Amino acid sequence: MTSSGTSSGASSGPHDLGPVLDTSTAPDGARVVEPLLPDLLLTQQHQMCPGCGEPIAVRGYLEALVDLGVAQQSIAVVGIGCYTSFSSSMDVDLVQALHGRAPSVATGVKRMLPDRVVFTLQGDGDMVNEGLQEVLHTAARGEDITCILLNNGVFGETGGHMTATSVIGQRTKSSLDGRDADYHGYPILIGDLIARLQGAAYVARGSVHNAGAVARTKKMFRRAFETQLRGEGFSFVEVLTMCPTGWFIPTADGPSYMQETLGEVHVMGELKVDGRIRTTEELHDENAARQAEIEAQLAAGELRK
Amino acid sequence: MTAAPPLRSDRVLMEGSEALVRSAIAAGCRFFAGYPMTPFTEVLEHFARLLPDVGGACVNAESELEAVGMAWGALATGARAATGSTGQGLSLMQESFSEITLAELPLVIFNMARGQQDYYQATRGGGHGDYRHIVLAPHDISEGVALVQLAFHLADKWRNPVLVYGDYLLAHTQEAVAVETIAYPPLPPKDWAVDGRASGSGQSRNVTPLGVSKHGQPAFGQEGRAQYAASKIPYMEREVRVETAFLDDADTVIVAFGTPSKFVRYAIGRLREAGHKIGMIRPITLWPFPYDTVRAAAGRARVIGSFELCAGQMIDDVRIGAAGQAPVEFIGGVSTDGSGFGVGRLLDVDVIEQRILALHTGQPLGMIPGTDVYRYELAPHQKEPTR
Amino acid sequence: MTRITVKTRGTVTVDVETCKGCELCIPACPPGVLTMSDGVNRTGFHWPELHAGCTGCAACLLVCPDFVFEVFRYAEPVDHEFDSETP
Repeated sequence: MTSSGTSSGASSGPHDLGPVLDTSTAPDGARVVEPLLPDLLLTQQHQMCPGCGEPIAVRGYLEALVDLGVAQQSIAVVGIGCYTSFSSSMDVDLVQALHGRAPSVATGVKRMLPDRVVFTLQGDGDMVNEGLQEVLHTAARGEDITCILLNNGVFGETGGHMTATSVIGQRTKSSLDGRDADYHGYPILIGDLIARLQGAAYVARGSVHNAGAVARTKKMFRRAFETQLRGEGFSFVEVLTMCPTGWFIPTADGPSYMQETLGEVHVMGELKVDGRIRTTEELHDENAARQAEIEAQLAAGELRK
Repeated sequence: MTAAPPLRSDRVLMEGSEALVRSAIAAGCRFFAGYPMTPFTEVLEHFARLLPDVGGACVNAESELEAVGMAWGALATGARAATGSTGQGLSLMQESFSEITLAELPLVIFNMARGQQDYYQATRGGGHGDYRHIVLAPHDISEGVALVQLAFHLADKWRNPVLVYGDYLLAHTQEAVAVETIAYPPLPPKDWAVDGRASGSGQSRNVTPLGVSKHGQPAFGQEGRAQYAASKIPYMEREVRVETAFLDDADTVIVAFGTPSKFVRYAIGRLREAGHKIGMIRPITLWPFPYDTVRAAAGRARVIGSFELCAGQMIDDVRIGAAGQAPVEFIGGVSTDGSGFGVGRLLDVDVIEQRILALHTGQPLGMIPGTDVYRYELAPHQKEPTR
Repeated sequence: MTRITVKTRGTVTVDVETCKGCELCIPACPPGVLTMSDGVNRTGFHWPELHAGCTGCAACLLVCPDFVFEVFRYAEPVDHEFDSETP
């Protein structure tokens, strides 16, 4: 599927696409396949940049909560980053935490209200830089909460600086010539690190670079929340999200850049399920298999989420 | 020979830490998180032992930073919760203290301090921004039991953190105490708390220090939030508490707080028996500080002395209170033991009595015994101020 | 000139003014029936325009960061006919 860049009309492909259809109003006699907004989002409006992957991830977990029927027992604990502004548009009881501190706040909430679904929403700067100790200990304690990481490999809100998950060669405002192993050190693969803690019951890494990845990530959210509901311990979903602004690349190049850089290092897949840590080879094999499966579904016009 | 007084079966001999913890539980505290650090550690131990029995939770957090975070989460659900440490550990919690105050959460903080040098930290705040915490300083375990319960009540009344300033002496000595629940006037329900049940209803809530609320609801904004928080401060100042003695005829007034104030009180008692007109002011709330009481005393006294186990911090508030009506002198000093945790040479009634008498009779104060060696000496490059 | 008929199983609505012109929907669409407009909305962004052949798979909605799309499926596939200059 080639990108059509900024071209318009019907002249870019090998066949004539025909006239533009009216998409201003809902059609008569057709059923809604997917609504505009998830139930738990109060408004479309947000302040994320064009091409930002975070709102895509937000839709995923909000839909998962509704699908599981736990909307009315959910509490969010939000860290500090671009995504913080979703605290006003998510129709979820919410506690705002400081940078890096959401897992401990979530622990306090869950200890007082053990039957609620408690989840954190954090970025990589928040969780893996400032709050690394918090998330590791919360996972090690096996707290029955779900930590959600939006990983774009930069501190987005402050303008695009290197974090602990930025990859070698990645150019940021604090690694202008690209991250250098000798000078800046190596990235932390936080999902892989957490998977090795006994208290962590379900650990997955999703991505939002294409429709198939988005669909797979939503399944990961559901399985993570189910893990919490069964009281099996700590659950974790990392989601690679695009940040063309923080990566200093054209907006439309976000997904391909992400796959070629972050995606090569932070590998997508279910890292730990049923107490078993899966190998990188298993993850690559599964990713290839799922990709083929999803392309077939899309060609047939149906994508199962 | 007279008969011994009947044994009070409701009193149990216990260390201060345990008494304070039992009092917190009697006040309804159901969550505590902390990190071991001397002389606070036993508070954590007693909470860990006693909270599960009442259906509460105590977490030994991975650092003080996470301890205050956990208490934050528990408070957000509407529970009564506390954290604590010694001054050094509270230093780590300062960012959260500032933000918890903005979020209007009723945190109770225990400082089992290593002396009285955490006065600034407690009353000025080591965190950023305009905030105040009500600070209660018990002078013994019995008062500590009462002030802990007052702390939880005031915290909920004002939706503002309250700090209980204790120390090594308070934590580690034993007294026979009866811990009973103290009744306070009723408080409104915590309709601001979040428990998940409003999620998905369109009426969900945020507990936040930021001036943000849900889409469609009015919001403070950052400036509004800060203005709102600052405008609460004058109202909380009405919660001032102070104890005074012999002020009617005092030429010299000594101001002291916490456990050392009992030593000061005893010394003053002896000096009064010898005919000296000396009075005492004991702030029970360090914030709000009893400025009016000091001002009234300064109007009649010749000199005010500030006794503290530190280099002099409360003396600033004494000077503000005196408003120039009488000179204010420092008669305390840095005093601790070899470990740095606890009491030192200055906490000695004879030494204290000497220093009060010297102030009262206009004699120079002697050096605190044993400190002669540790006086700073200027190096040649430091002799002149830099212009 | 050729008469082309495209079976269309679904369709979308596009919230033109909310779109931020990121173009992630264009490569995401499996039948490739989305193209960016010539015009710009009030914020200055081009938005996606729909052509015949939508399957209602909702891939565009899945990848859209701005909640621009609503996706529909017809009870019976609709035939879109048009004249094409391309042989």
